[in-house]
Amino acid sequence: MTLPYRNPARVDALLAALARRILVIDGAMGTMVQGYRLEEADYRGARFAGHDSDLKGNNDLLTLTRPDVIGAIHDAYLAAGADLIETNTFNSTTISQADYRLEALARELNTAGARLARERCDAAEAGTPGQPRFVIGVLGPTSRTASISPDVNDPGFRNTSFDELRVAYREAAGGLIDGGADILMVETIFDTLNAKAALFAIEEEFDARGDRLPVMISATITDLSGRTLSGQTTEAFYASVRHARPLAVGLNCALGPTELRQYVDMLANIAECHVSAHPNAGLPNAFAEYDETPEQMATSLGEFARAGLVNFIGGCCGTTPAHIKAIATAVAALPPRALPVPCDQAA
Amino acid sequence: MTSTPRYTRLSGLEPLVITPQILFVNVGERTNVTGSAQFKKLIKEDRYAEAVEVARQQVENGAQILDVNMDEGLLDAQAAMVKFLRLIAAEPDIARIPVMVDSSKWEVIEAGLQCLQGKGVVNSISLKEGEGPFLDQARKILRYGAATVVMAFDEQGQADSVARRLEICERSYRLLTERIGFPPEDIFFDSNIFPIATGIEEHADNAVNFIEAARELKRRFPLSHISGGVSNVSFSFRGNNVVREAIHSVFLYHAIKAGMDMGIVNAGAMPIYDDLDPELRERVEDVVLNRRSDATERLMEIADRHKKGKGDKDTATTLAWRELPVAKRLEYALVHGIDQYVTEDTEEVRKTCTRTLDVIEGPLMDGMNVVGDLFGAGKMFLPQVVKSARVMKKAVAWLLPFMEEEKKRTGEVGKPNGKIVMATVKGDVHDIGKNIVGVVLACNNFEVVDLGVMVPTQKILDTAIAEKADMIGVSGLITPSLEEMTHVAKEMARQNFKIPLLIGGATTSRAHTALKIEPHYETACVWVKDASRAVGVAQSLVSKELVDDFLGKVRSEYAEVRERYKNRGGNKRLVTLQQARANGLVLDLADYVPPAPRQPGITVFDDIPLTELLPVVDWTPFFQAWELHGHYPAILTDPVVGAQASELFADAQKILAQVIEEKWLRARAVIGFWPAARVGDDIELRNGDEHVMLHHLRQQAEKPVERPNLCLADFIAPKDSGVADWIGGFAVTAGLGIEEHLDRFHADNDDYSAIILKALADRLAEALAEYMHREVRTRYWGYAPDEGLDNEALIAEQYRGIRPAPGYPACPDHTEKATLFRLLDATANAGIELTEGFSMYPAAAVSGWYFSHPRSQYFVAGRLTRDQVEDYARRKRWSVAEAERWLSANLDYDPD
Repeated sequence: MTLPYRNPARVDALLAALARRILVIDGAMGTMVQGYRLEEADYRGARFAGHDSDLKGNNDLLTLTRPDVIGAIHDAYLAAGADLIETNTFNSTTISQADYRLEALARELNTAGARLARERCDAAEAGTPGQPRFVIGVLGPTSRTASISPDVNDPGFRNTSFDELRVAYREAAGGLIDGGADILMVETIFDTLNAKAALFAIEEEFDARGDRLPVMISATITDLSGRTLSGQTTEAFYASVRHARPLAVGLNCALGPTELRQYVDMLANIAECHVSAHPNAGLPNAFAEYDETPEQMATSLGEFARAGLVNFIGGCCGTTPAHIKAIATAVAALPPRALPVPCDQAA
Repeated sequence: MTSTPRYTRLSGLEPLVITPQILFVNVGERTNVTGSAQFKKLIKEDRYAEAVEVARQQVENGAQILDVNMDEGLLDAQAAMVKFLRLIAAEPDIARIPVMVDSSKWEVIEAGLQCLQGKGVVNSISLKEGEGPFLDQARKILRYGAATVVMAFDEQGQADSVARRLEICERSYRLLTERIGFPPEDIFFDSNIFPIATGIEEHADNAVNFIEAARELKRRFPLSHISGGVSNVSFSFRGNNVVREAIHSVFLYHAIKAGMDMGIVNAGAMPIYDDLDPELRERVEDVVLNRRSDATERLMEIADRHKKGKGDKDTATTLAWRELPVAKRLEYALVHGIDQYVTEDTEEVRKTCTRTLDVIEGPLMDGMNVVGDLFGAGKMFLPQVVKSARVMKKAVAWLLPFMEEEKKRTGEVGKPNGKIVMATVKGDVHDIGKNIVGVVLACNNFEVVDLGVMVPTQKILDTAIAEKADMIGVSGLITPSLEEMTHVAKEMARQNFKIPLLIGGATTSRAHTALKIEPHYETACVWVKDASRAVGVAQSLVSKELVDDFLGKVRSEYAEVRERYKNRGGNKRLVTLQQARANGLVLDLADYVPPAPRQPGITVFDDIPLTELLPVVDWTPFFQAWELHGHYPAILTDPVVGAQASELFADAQKILAQVIEEKWLRARAVIGFWPAARVGDDIELRNGDEHVMLHHLRQQAEKPVERPNLCLADFIAPKDSGVADWIGGFAVTAGLGIEEHLDRFHADNDDYSAIILKALADRLAEALAEYMHREVRTRYWGYAPDEGLDNEALIAEQYRGIRPAPGYPACPDHTEKATLFRLLDATANAGIELTEGFSMYPAAAVSGWYFSHPRSQYFVAGRLTRDQVEDYARRKRWSVAEAERWLSANLDYDPD
């Protein structure tokens, strides 16, 4: 009925670590890349020098053209104490890469992204043998939404479909698995229907291979209305993805710890699996920058941990290795959220 | 650590969690081209904007799930399904509820599933084409994240008998859960509702068979659900909507009792069972339950009289109820959710009142109380209650300007007294009481910011800050709301609030507030008993002169409550759980063979003659109920109370004679026996293939030598002894049918007779428990066939074996009643409902376990230490906090 894990020993190590403590996910990739002030030529490298559209801003492409930069960012987070590293594949689907006319690169970006992250994790593990490090293969939301019309005058119109998303996600998932990801994570979910297509594709891919990886699912509450972009409440979102029997469900991006807390609290109350949270470093200021300091974030996320809300904690937009280090220190001695015991009675 | 019950969790934009508290989920049927000619026409003519409005009406009328079906020969069903689902996805009012994708074509279902971001329901799959396609489709449904309706249909055809329904559903269930791990809570059985009163002999049992199958399916598969398309049952009366709706109402009344918990219905057209014309109801009931051979003829006889023309759907009844006095008209309008005349009726009452507020506190509240009672009795459904609340709001809205006016006239203008932010807490939809409080406060010059229902904590707190509120008021009706209120208090403390928190609602109490809420928010937390107290409390809180004194009083009062609570139960020393276990009772099994019951399994007693019970009635507690103390029969000649006691007894006998003569009360019982073995302090019971754990608690009081620390499990042979032992269970009631007579007494203002009748019903229920226990000892278990005890000996419990009740001293955990009720299917078999707080309805009911060992005895489990509570929580798969909540009366310590 349930497929075996692709790498049972690594899953055992992951579950053993989860039983002992709160695991720390790394922070933002985009914020860090900005610090390198890369130019169009950096993005192109030799391989895409002649490509016929602009490539600056296609951060995922740096895995191929500037692996030194991406590898160094991974290293910085690993050194800060992160247990899990997210692959640089947020936009590595045919749908998102179409914006750069690089659809054909989707699989390769995923494979290379996972391989690079795994390589850096192996290096880190060699340095700190007591602390296993895991690669989270990231499946981002894509630039389309399956349940919202982009045309206000035609609410029935859609610019993508479940099947188109399913095919794109399946290819990406396949690449991540080939590259050696330990976990797959459907994250920054704006539209639950996109996520459901991704989860469907993941299951298909697992079926085809005859084995599986643990799956994490993380939605984005877009604003203070408490709903996803596609209008769901946290609890409705959980009902929509619970069938995938994930390792963890969680929330990330859009909000800072203070605003996100009540929704993480809600999820912690109902989720039958582990719970993750990686908020932004506060809400963006007038210059679209994130102001919360490592100390501030560590204080508020430390409170999440003391309140027993989380199993995975980390940072999203605006967070840096300094943030992750402060967060890791803050939660190190605190117990993880206990998994609820399933109870088979209807009443 | 928390435990999560396996509830069905569906969603649209918002969740729909099907908890046991939800009696019935209604699925809106009007967005179905096969069921609604109007909707079909709109779709065929491509008038989708209007079709969307049909969906909106369904939601407004209380549909909790929206059924969408486009199966029509001339339509491209797949394209129509996709188009319609995408359109309603853009309407938050509609998209908030889950969708049921309904089609006989798999491609249409799959296309529909690809449009749902929420968790919907497929309608339906079946074994019609064999196991292969069935499992393939189910696997896909699982992968799309939907639940599914399973039709009782297999390779041989559609199930019509009870046996075939059970056979197919069971096979489907096993395939789904065992072969592909389909969650049982995501299965909805539709075991086919067929028409009745068709004139064909074989169809007479169609409704009965469905109901019986539902009962058994719910028993076998308690996590799954029973669904069906209700309108089919009345198909033979098409053209006569009055009779059809009556049939639906009667059918559902019985099917829901049997376990049906979801149905496709026209949420806007469902008469209330109690409201049906009595003659029509009786004849419909004869047909639905197939109670007499001429049932169909007799219904046909009167059917035409109840027929209404197409256009004048409500004219006949309208005229009749409009003749009633105005207060009754308001009640009628509230109960039936008719807002058409409410403004004029409200105005009529207002003109006769000195204060506008009297209109609300008088006839309007009376009407809402009727609504509350009908809902509580399962005779009204949630959507109907929602409609009632709407009528109420409309009436109140009409009155508000007048109240403003009065306020001005009495000179109370200018600055309001204070500002309060009010909300019904998250997870709760009950706001009638809160609305009344809001109105009352507004009348007294408070500014009220009402956030409505199901309001998350943070929203309440943010609003309070934004509005610079002087206080926050939270309300709720259902038990889980209590937890939510504690959460509000904790968050207020965490976020450094300084303003008072007011707690209100039917399940709240001073004790709960003092013990569970106030300690988390010591700044200021006040329980408000009812609307009439709200003004006094609010005024004290905003008055600079009064507030300190008032809060001081409240705090010391709550501290006293906590103190009393802490000190209950004396100072006897307790031993550890380990020591208590070491000193447990060990049965000598060397020369003892536990008796096997003569009739294992479940036995149902449907209508026990009350005369059988009279000899075993214990009258002493009857007098206690009236605060007359002494033993019967000596009390009748007691020098002090003898005269009163005799008079009371004579009156009681008169009513009792009537009860028996006119069959006012029906006595029902169910008993059962199962193989059982002791496992530690638990008892493992075998119910068919299923192993069920009964959890028990052990005495921890320090005992003299030779006196064991007892636990009920001690009376059962341990599993490792290899000795086969048994346990029994029972549930009995003598209170069925009491309501109408109580009502009559109340209507006559005869509280005296009403209380006598209630006390009599209680006595009869106790007598029935005693009577059944004797039947069990002498016949059904049969371990004491020759027992010959007279009544006094019975009352003195001089027999072998005990019948302890969950919630009482030997086993104080009320929640074990859920296991007992499930094993006995007591609701179906004896007509006793278990409320969410695990109390029994009718109140005149007794349930418990049977133990047969000669050494079994009643005892008091008493106070418990933390180690036993933690151990018990582990066994119950509860968090410690949950265990502490349910065992709070027995705790020997203050929980954290």
